[in-house]
Amino acid sequence: MKTAIETHNLTVAYNRRPVLWDIDFQIPEGQLIGVLGPNGSGKTTLLKSIMGLVQPSSGYVRLFGQSLDEVRSRISYVPQRESVDWNFPISVREVALMGRYRKDKLLGRLSREDHRLADEALEKVGMLPYADRQIAQLSGGQQQRVFVARALTQQADLYLMDEPFAGVDAASEEAILTLLKDMKQAGKTVLIVHHDLHTAHQFFDWMVLLNTRLIKCGPTASVFTAEYLKQAYGGQLTILSQVSDLVKARDFPIRERSFKDQPK
Amino acid sequence: MNAFWIILTGALVATSCGLLGAFLILRKMAMVGDAISHAVLPGIVIAYLLSESRDVLPMLIGAAALGVFTTFMIEFLYQKARLQIDASIGITFTWLFAMGIILISLYAGQVDLDQDCVLYGEIAYVPLDLWITESGRSLGPWPVWILSGVLLLILLMVLLGYRGLKVTTFNPEYAAAIGISTVFWHYLLMSAVSVTTVVAFESVGAILVVAFLIVPPATAYLLTEKLHHMLLLTVGLGILIAVSGYYLAVWIDGSVAGAMAVTSGVFLLLAVLFSPFSGVLTQRFRQKAALVPPGE
Amino acid sequence: MSDFFTFSDPNVRLVTAGTILLGMSAAIVGTFTFLRKRALVGDAIAHAILPGVCLSFMITGEKHPAYLLVGAVIAGWLSLLVMDYLSSRTKLSTDTAIGAVLSVFFGAGILLLTSIQHSGSANQAGLDQFLFGKAAAMTRQDIGVFSGVAAVLLGLVLAFFRSFKLISFDPAFAKSIGLPVRRLEFLLSTITVLAVATGIQAVGVVLMAALLITPAAAARFWTDRIQMMVVLAAAFGLLSGLFGSWISYTAPSMPTGPWIVVLLSLIAVVSVVVAPQRGIWARLRLQRGNARKIRQENILKAFYGIGEAADAPVATVSVDGLRQQRPFEDRALQLGLRELVKKGLLHKHKPGDYALTTKGLQESRRVVRLHRLWELYLTERMNYAADHVHNTAEAIEHVITPEVEAALLRELGHPILDPHDAVIPYQTPPKPSAS
Repeated sequence: MKTAIETHNLTVAYNRRPVLWDIDFQIPEGQLIGVLGPNGSGKTTLLKSIMGLVQPSSGYVRLFGQSLDEVRSRISYVPQRESVDWNFPISVREVALMGRYRKDKLLGRLSREDHRLADEALEKVGMLPYADRQIAQLSGGQQQRVFVARALTQQADLYLMDEPFAGVDAASEEAILTLLKDMKQAGKTVLIVHHDLHTAHQFFDWMVLLNTRLIKCGPTASVFTAEYLKQAYGGQLTILSQVSDLVKARDFPIRERSFKDQPK
Repeated sequence: MNAFWIILTGALVATSCGLLGAFLILRKMAMVGDAISHAVLPGIVIAYLLSESRDVLPMLIGAAALGVFTTFMIEFLYQKARLQIDASIGITFTWLFAMGIILISLYAGQVDLDQDCVLYGEIAYVPLDLWITESGRSLGPWPVWILSGVLLLILLMVLLGYRGLKVTTFNPEYAAAIGISTVFWHYLLMSAVSVTTVVAFESVGAILVVAFLIVPPATAYLLTEKLHHMLLLTVGLGILIAVSGYYLAVWIDGSVAGAMAVTSGVFLLLAVLFSPFSGVLTQRFRQKAALVPPGE
Repeated sequence: MSDFFTFSDPNVRLVTAGTILLGMSAAIVGTFTFLRKRALVGDAIAHAILPGVCLSFMITGEKHPAYLLVGAVIAGWLSLLVMDYLSSRTKLSTDTAIGAVLSVFFGAGILLLTSIQHSGSANQAGLDQFLFGKAAAMTRQDIGVFSGVAAVLLGLVLAFFRSFKLISFDPAFAKSIGLPVRRLEFLLSTITVLAVATGIQAVGVVLMAALLITPAAAARFWTDRIQMMVVLAAAFGLLSGLFGSWISYTAPSMPTGPWIVVLLSLIAVVSVVVAPQRGIWARLRLQRGNARKIRQENILKAFYGIGEAADAPVATVSVDGLRQQRPFEDRALQLGLRELVKKGLLHKHKPGDYALTTKGLQESRRVVRLHRLWELYLTERMNYAADHVHNTAEAIEHVITPEVEAALLRELGHPILDPHDAVIPYQTPPKPSAS
């Protein structure tokens, strides 16, 4: 199996307090992967550092063995639903079409093919009938499906989704889940931040269990054990959070300059 | 004819400001626009002093520099000094505005600007500032030409940059994820706001710039559900406000800028009361309807 | 200068007293505006007051400050209600609501003001001083009204201090313990409107936000206590009022209001830079201290490493030897060596040759101990592979305080070997059973 995502000694600070310590894992292609951990365990931060939206203090991420900029068109990102103002004057179809935006394609008309891909993606998530609605008129689950459709429109190979099941109705959950299975069939890799332990082991083939540090990464059966879950959800390590507080309070660098890890 | 030039000036300012303001209010940066429109004052005064004339170019450069400096200073106070955002904005623009007023008082003889003009401009004098060619032919007021030039630039920016502005405004995180520079579009918009402010400053003053930046787009926002409709409606409203504001000013015998600000407020009030989308009842109805796809 | 500060001129006394009074009361009230993150609302209220002032002049035909104040307070309150309505009942965001109210109300004020001026009312002169303040032209009557208002404001803030503090900090909690939050907020807003309506007289509409917010923002950098913040903010208001009046006394063409604001901004900038702990300079110093600590400790560690390998802890080491042990930057190495000799942690035998002193040996042991303890903690508690822990430990060894070290020792049971089987150096041989 080829590696889709590799993080190497990834350490990330938020507001100068370390929220991820030396995260080191590899994830194979073609899997549905769940990122699990308690609130504040750094799940979203992990996704954002993979996507280059936050700058790690040290370490690096490789996607398909390359840097993000080399493979950006193959990566698709579904941010949290709260990241936008849903009152924005924009229709469902326009949001899906954003999946066809590129750095070098901001000018000129979108092609018929672009429109076809957007409509196809909306069809897949069952939102085509709503294509001309303004997005505030949708339910939470429908809004989430529109975000997923936008990601699909991008025609990527790796999908990073931040809490796509949060606050979603049963119909939308079902729709997204079916879609994920299809994507897996098509050989796509999907990394999903998820909060619900009850559904997690049914949804995912692989898991990344986090609590500011990496607890375990591997096939679901090997990760979803009482012991690892207890480690992840049994609270933070006292000394680790003491040290995090010290780093923040005294503005300490988490890495010395000469010891920044570089990709080979 | 004078009425025509004054209304045209108002409409040009309204259109330029409205197009930019639409993106400002959608980015929840209306007050940054307000801050910039006040903070460019020292830039204008300094440009006056350095160039000893009313040359447009040094003034634009001075103002754009000050506008970008304003956003930098707000960012600096917020990020580096860790001051809350509202106080960062408040401190920045009051400080720069105060400096501008002091500079005006210091060089009262050399600067053809006074305090009142800074606030509400002298749109009534626009028709007097004529562009006369060497052969003695009048081409109409200077400010109208300059404002038209700026409007052209803004139209170009909004048309060519429509998608970039739209995606970085709607969902900056997503824009960054697909490799679009949010910083570039942010500073492009801020520079455009500064330049527009400066050009509009003399004729309409700070207060009408702020009103045109915020009120027509806010009104349009309540009345439409599509971004390009919102932009078109903003432009239409701006022209309507310029016309009705002028006649209100004539009727009351007061400041044209003040009257235009008031009429913009009237349109906003009407939209708040009668908008087909934002009434509490219509929204409740829509939420119910959303659960059933149309055509079923 | 002395002319001014003897306050022998009654006019100087009057003007100075007036500006100081207005500056202080705005600063005190503004502390709560700042804490409730409503700086820009304050700005909008200041602008919105103008039509109220004009209308009350049109109705009464008089410029008595008390009448104008009533109009101002009504308009200020109305603007608050409209802002509230727009941001809670429509989809407009708060900042849009503030901006819209600010510009429309102010536009209405300008319209009325110019209309009054054009009507040629004999009594209107001076009304436009609301725009830019009229500190230098305050009358005895003005001062009378303002001191009355200021006294009321101060009394109310003192009487309701604890309640205001609570509703600024945590309104939900205030409600849960049965405080009449809505009525208190109404009171606080009224006080703010009053402070703004009087403060405008000193600095004018546009700059009023600064009089309200800047002193509190500056004070925030010096203290974490709200009582202290109020006192400091008032002091900043006083200072800027005093020197603002002085500047326009010595240079009569200088406007008082803008100078007060520039002085306040200056105080704020100075606070941002030099305030202990929160200030930028303090943080830079902290970071420089960190860099120094890291530099010195890394050199000590290199000495320890060489000594450990040669089994001669205090052997003389050359600069080249240190460079082979660890890729130091040249300047940092020279600087660090000098600092360590000065601190008595190193002996300098001859140029380029150094050895640890007894104290230096102890210190180097401490750093190496922390490094190895942290490596062990990462492998034991965080299940990291032994070949992945070195880089993190390189940084964290400098952060760990004696308290954290004690906790680490307790948690790891005073271990003897680190994950790479190197001996963890203690000052006194450990008793492995202790826990």
